[in-house]
Amino acid sequence: MTPTDDRDERGVRRAYRPADHRVVGGVATGVADHLDVPVLWVRVGFVVATWFNGAGVLAYLLLWRFMPLRRPELSPGLEAASRRGMRTPGRPGVVEVAQTAAVLAVGAGVLLLLQGNGLAGTWVAPLLVVVVGVAVVWRQLDDAAWQSWLTRTSGGGFVLRVAAGLALVALGVVYLVTQERGFAAVRDLGSALAIAVVGLLLILGPWIVSLVTDLGSERRERIRSQERADVAAHLHDSVLQTLALLQKNAEDPAAVATLARRQERELRSWLYGDEELPGDSLAAALREVRSDVEQTHRVAVELVVVGDAPFGSPADPGLVALARAAREAVVNAAKHAGVDRVDVYAEVGARQVEVFVRDRGTGFDPDAIAEDRMGVRGSIVGRVERHGGAARLRSVLGDGTEVALTMPLPVPSSPATEASR
Amino acid sequence: MTLSVLVVDDHAMFRTGVRAELEKDPRIVVVGEAEDVDTAVPAVLTARPDVVLLDVHMPGGGGAEVIRRVGTTAPEVRFLALSVSDAAEDVIGVIRAGARGYVTKTISGPELVDALHRVASGDAVFSPRLAGFVLDAFAGTIEVAQVDEDLDRLTEREREVMRLIARGYAYKEVAKELFISVKTVETHVSSVLRKLQLSSRHELTKWASDRRLI
Repeated sequence: MTPTDDRDERGVRRAYRPADHRVVGGVATGVADHLDVPVLWVRVGFVVATWFNGAGVLAYLLLWRFMPLRRPELSPGLEAASRRGMRTPGRPGVVEVAQTAAVLAVGAGVLLLLQGNGLAGTWVAPLLVVVVGVAVVWRQLDDAAWQSWLTRTSGGGFVLRVAAGLALVALGVVYLVTQERGFAAVRDLGSALAIAVVGLLLILGPWIVSLVTDLGSERRERIRSQERADVAAHLHDSVLQTLALLQKNAEDPAAVATLARRQERELRSWLYGDEELPGDSLAAALREVRSDVEQTHRVAVELVVVGDAPFGSPADPGLVALARAAREAVVNAAKHAGVDRVDVYAEVGARQVEVFVRDRGTGFDPDAIAEDRMGVRGSIVGRVERHGGAARLRSVLGDGTEVALTMPLPVPSSPATEASR
Repeated sequence: MTLSVLVVDDHAMFRTGVRAELEKDPRIVVVGEAEDVDTAVPAVLTARPDVVLLDVHMPGGGGAEVIRRVGTTAPEVRFLALSVSDAAEDVIGVIRAGARGYVTKTISGPELVDALHRVASGDAVFSPRLAGFVLDAFAGTIEVAQVDEDLDRLTEREREVMRLIARGYAYKEVAKELFISVKTVETHVSSVLRKLQLSSRHELTKWASDRRLI
């Protein structure tokens, strides 16, 4: 997540509760992200503030109400898979939950000590139970999956909902039965009903609130789904074209494989991200190299990229040269090695970028290449070395070739630390 | 030795294709099919196959959910994940849940058979792409949401092995390159797998007591 994501349309940096990893409401995580401090400090802060007239609990509940929930922006394919329950939902780490519970327990203990054993002790415990109960119910409703929870008829969420409702109703009944005193019972019935209504409001309240406040996001969602329908139409069109081409080329297995592979990549990149333009970053440039070479030379290029380095604007000449040299190496392998597969691996480290291009083909003797042949010397080695990088070529006759390219990164650490956050 | 395999995938066409491909090999018996989490769990528990070929994305919570529910009831069953999607987080999620490898659906028939045998014999099957995902996960570049932040670091040797696999080297070639035996390469790969899976139920207690948390 880059910091620019947090800004609203007026450029003010806002705090959000992350929907994907939170223990209770995501308030502490959201505040910690916003202030860039460890989340444990924030949790301890809330607990300490609670010792002073319960300010921490109040602050937490208010922030919970007013900090917007942010769901992770996913690619269309992943979003659809999440919606249809085909992905395993994230859970907070066991260690984190245990740690939070421990902080809360210590906080509650100190609170009891501060209050003494007198009157305060009698209300702190039931109040704590009520707050925890309500928090659990709200957390369920707050969840991205609240809709399915409301309609579900089995599982923990449902049991909890029924149990909470029953408990409040039972409280009302007990109140009524124990206070059996004729005329007064009417008043008591009134109070009991009031308690039950309050209970129902507590349970349904957030749902009503979210119905009112979610209208805006619903409209946004509708616009987005219309956009998506357009893209889907376009894509299906291109799939139809490919299918037609496949039928025409049915006699040529190599052409069929190439067509199928290209279509697969196109669909995959739309469904699962990678929508950058080739000029944006090293990974995007290498992906373009892959599709170009696969199309012209009919070999499969297996590309693995770890990390990524943005080209920046103006484009960093070193990275551009590296991408061009890598293209040359892949083309060489596709043309001369006589293989049907080339492996490309790129790794962006803190200080340098490495690219490896490998084939298991015929191989050649590097010393035997004529000095004047541009291929390897000029367009690979020379190109990289001019920008402070290095190129290493290893080839064994009959056992394949590997070209290793290294390029130092211009501004040390800054792209890497961004990427690792 | 014949190998019993259960195919779990929500696309019937794909199941039929894989089944036909696998049954060409006399050493493999397909003992059943399942199409989602709810049918897969009982199928695994009754058939007790050697290997479950498991789709990453599936109705009912995905492949990781199947592994989680089968859990310790059938510890001898091994899982090999496969998928068309390149969603690194989800692939790593299934591996963390306990799968012993990951292959893409474009894998050729013989390669798939080989991968199934390797998983059955207790090896981990790391394709170049999975090695890349793993390196990304340990570098913190992709978000591994459902886990504690401190994945144990990889040792220099383990990183080297992962990098070579990502560069397209087979285990044998990795061994030759690093002047170690194939067995040692397998040991390194298994220990990377273990580090990834550390927060799974069985090992959490050990992990915690090692760090004097309990």
